Amino acid sequence: MYPLQYDPHICENCSSVDCLTRCQYMHFDLKTAREEKNRILEQADTRVLADCVTCYACEEYCPNGNHPFYQIVELQEKKDFLPAPAPITRQQIVMMQPKGNLQPAKVSAPLVNLCAFPMLAGSIRGKLFEGAATVSGNDIFCNIMWLHFGKNSLIRERVPQSIERLHTFFLAESGLKEMVCFHDECYGAYTQLAAAFNMAVPFRPVHLFEYLNRRLDELKDNIKPLGAKVAYQRPCSNRLAPHTDLLLDEIFRKIGVERAVREYDRENALCCGGVLRGHQKDDLADDLQRRNIEDMRAAGAVYAVFNCPFCMFTLGEAVAEKGLFPILVSDLCQQALERK
Amino acid sequence: MESIKAKLAKIVGPDYVSDQPEERYLYAMDPGTMPPRKPDFVVLPENTAQVAAIVRLANMEKIPLVPMGAGLVLSGLTRALKGGIILDMKRMNRILEVNEISRYALVEAGASQGMLQAHLKKHHPGLKHSMPDAPPMATLAGNVLIHGSGHLSHAAGFHSDMLNGLEVVLPSGEIASLGSCAVSPAWFARAPLPDLAGLFLGWAGTTGIVTKLAIKLYPRYKYEDILIFVADKPETVPDILYRITGAQIAEDITAWMTPKPLWAKGFQHINITFAADSKEELIWKRNLLRAAVKPYLESKEAGFMPLPPPMKHRFLQVPASDLARFADIKKGGGFEYVGAIMPVDRFPRAYQEGLNIAERFQAAYSLGARIIGVNHCMMFFYAYAFNRADAADVERAQQALEATNTAVLAMGGIPWKAEEPAQKQILAKMNPQMLGLMNQVRAMLDPNGIMNPGNWEVN
Ligand SMILES: Cc1cc2nc3c(=O)[nH]c(=O)nc-3n(C[C@H](O)[C@H](O)[C@H](O)COP(=O)(O)OP(=O)(O)OC[C@H]3O[C@@H](n4cnc5c(N)ncnc54)[C@H](O)[C@@H]3O)c2cc1C
Repeated sequence: MYPLQYDPHICENCSSVDCLTRCQYMHFDLKTAREEKNRILEQADTRVLADCVTCYACEEYCPNGNHPFYQIVELQEKKDFLPAPAPITRQQIVMMQPKGNLQPAKVSAPLVNLCAFPMLAGSIRGKLFEGAATVSGNDIFCNIMWLHFGKNSLIRERVPQSIERLHTFFLAESGLKEMVCFHDECYGAYTQLAAAFNMAVPFRPVHLFEYLNRRLDELKDNIKPLGAKVAYQRPCSNRLAPHTDLLLDEIFRKIGVERAVREYDRENALCCGGVLRGHQKDDLADDLQRRNIEDMRAAGAVYAVFNCPFCMFTLGEAVAEKGLFPILVSDLCQQALERK
Repeated sequence: MESIKAKLAKIVGPDYVSDQPEERYLYAMDPGTMPPRKPDFVVLPENTAQVAAIVRLANMEKIPLVPMGAGLVLSGLTRALKGGIILDMKRMNRILEVNEISRYALVEAGASQGMLQAHLKKHHPGLKHSMPDAPPMATLAGNVLIHGSGHLSHAAGFHSDMLNGLEVVLPSGEIASLGSCAVSPAWFARAPLPDLAGLFLGWAGTTGIVTKLAIKLYPRYKYEDILIFVADKPETVPDILYRITGAQIAEDITAWMTPKPLWAKGFQHINITFAADSKEELIWKRNLLRAAVKPYLESKEAGFMPLPPPMKHRFLQVPASDLARFADIKKGGGFEYVGAIMPVDRFPRAYQEGLNIAERFQAAYSLGARIIGVNHCMMFFYAYAFNRADAADVERAQQALEATNTAVLAMGGIPWKAEEPAQKQILAKMNPQMLGLMNQVRAMLDPNGIMNPGNWEVN
């Protein structure tokens, strides 16, 4: 069920090995990258399985769209090479399992999917989200997180269930065809990941940035430009939908903020470090966080802007301690609209 | 002839003595499973002289006296088993001295945990005491006297180990000072004198009434952090604890095992709190703790729970509110636990027995263990919540507690702050010479048997 759309021949014939040579966490010259790539192809032991930080970036770097990261995760599971300790993985599996207490409901558009973060409901407010309904919780959780735990089996098991529940409990019930994904993870799951695993998605996922752009256009007379410089923390799951990063530039332009040019943004974005702590790689997480925040400060940013709530939980306090204001993209837009 | 109530009123003033049914009803019980026992009087003294006068009166009248702090011990030790007077110490709640340099606080016996915590935060921000997770109104004296434990117990042992000295009204009505304060104006240690404080520690108020005590204080660092280690094989826990305690970095190490929420079921969680004066030092300490359990991390057999900073705040609360929240899950205000003091190597068996007993009695349970000292022992707790308004539920919890006490003794542990039936089980196992010595001490100190009678008695 749900075979991964991965073609080994493409990798065999790949000469640039961008997936490994461009990796920010494992350092390979072209020769060793080719050797490790061959080991992956032979399903032999490779340090890639242990050292991969599961940042998703190689999904973006691969010029052939061949899903090198998903293949690494496939091998991690097959060779029983789980990135996190066994009890941590088992505990997360129970923590995030569907609760089975969802009730079908007629909802109004726009339907905003808050993923597993019901505590973000306060962000869905004001003119920006006028009339919006929200759904959240484990039963509709996108489940993409299992890529961080070497568990494609759970992706196969749980993602189709979430798709099915979203569709039958809310969208079909309400005659809706599209759903706004507040979190990049959901958008990535229902677009790029679902396609990679051959899963049908009977609705149109709308990226939050697409929705915000639309609303900011409609509300343009209410916008008071913020006139501030912001550092953006690009999350791992945005690697699955790189085109949306350009939509963010549009948003920033509309609300009058300048996206600081810094080393660790765009394709060079750094992992927030949260997942690495689960992998017991605290030293690396410390180092990434220090470099990332120093880079934000050096770029002269006033706000540290997040779209991923987990990145914000992980880095929010640390950036605040260094004098930056942590904020979600949607709340930053709210500020421009609510400004007197 | 003047009534006892009138005599008590003369000592403490009429507003601070009662024989009214409401008071007698309320003071008859605590939140645990032990059946109510009504006192004849409740009295609230204001100072040591009043306490001494009450003791002299009780001696003359041969009426029992039960000292009480907040009455939160949960095992019914502040019930008047043979009637008499409950001496509620809450009015004697002054914080008399904080010595910054020698790091101790001298307080009256009714001063509460919360009062000292607030006082230190406000006036001595660089100091703290070891808080138990009891509701903050619990008294410092009540907790020290039962060998309580708390948030600095890994670093510094039982709360009774943190005791520098006592002022005690003996059952005769005499006032004794014990510890350095017996010789010096300062309350800095129990050494080097013969240690008579032991005559009042663990005795459940059967040897005298403590009116003042000095306890040790410890540095309060600017930064604090928590790690939660998660294992799923109870037999590995003693070794894990041995390693973590060996680092001697943590302030508090407490394991918890609970069936709810579901994600916690079947796992052993070990909360490790530590603190430092700078972020760099905090990271350095964290790294030492991680290094201590490196073989587990490398084999991926167990590891640390990923905790984003906002999630840590809940676990760093002092006192921790989780046990208090669990205490209320059945509503109806019933809660009791067996705290068993035992060697850490008993952990796997203690855990399994807890699961067996909870299943046998269908009890709502929460298990845990606070590590005392550098793995020197643990206070393993078996907490059972019950609905006090449901007699069958109370009985079930009572049976579970009794079975737990039996299991604990069979494992070589000892029930802590033991309720009346558990005391009997302990006494039945006790070395006869120790028991004889206890009886001699009591007979000598309290020939009229007025002090909290019914506790630590063979019959
Ligand atoms: C949710 C919850 C969590 C808890 N967590 C902890 C914990 O982490 N650590 C811990 O140690 N305990 C804990 N406890 C148990 C208990 O509440 C505490 O130990 C508490 O500190 C007892 O103090 P108290 O003032 O209520 O004592 P009381 O119950 O009033 O008295 C305890 C005993 O001391 C005697 N006594 C009291 N005052 C005097 C005095 N002045 N002179 C002579 N004898 C006296 C009493 O007669 C009685 O025998 C917890 C309880 C609850 C409900």
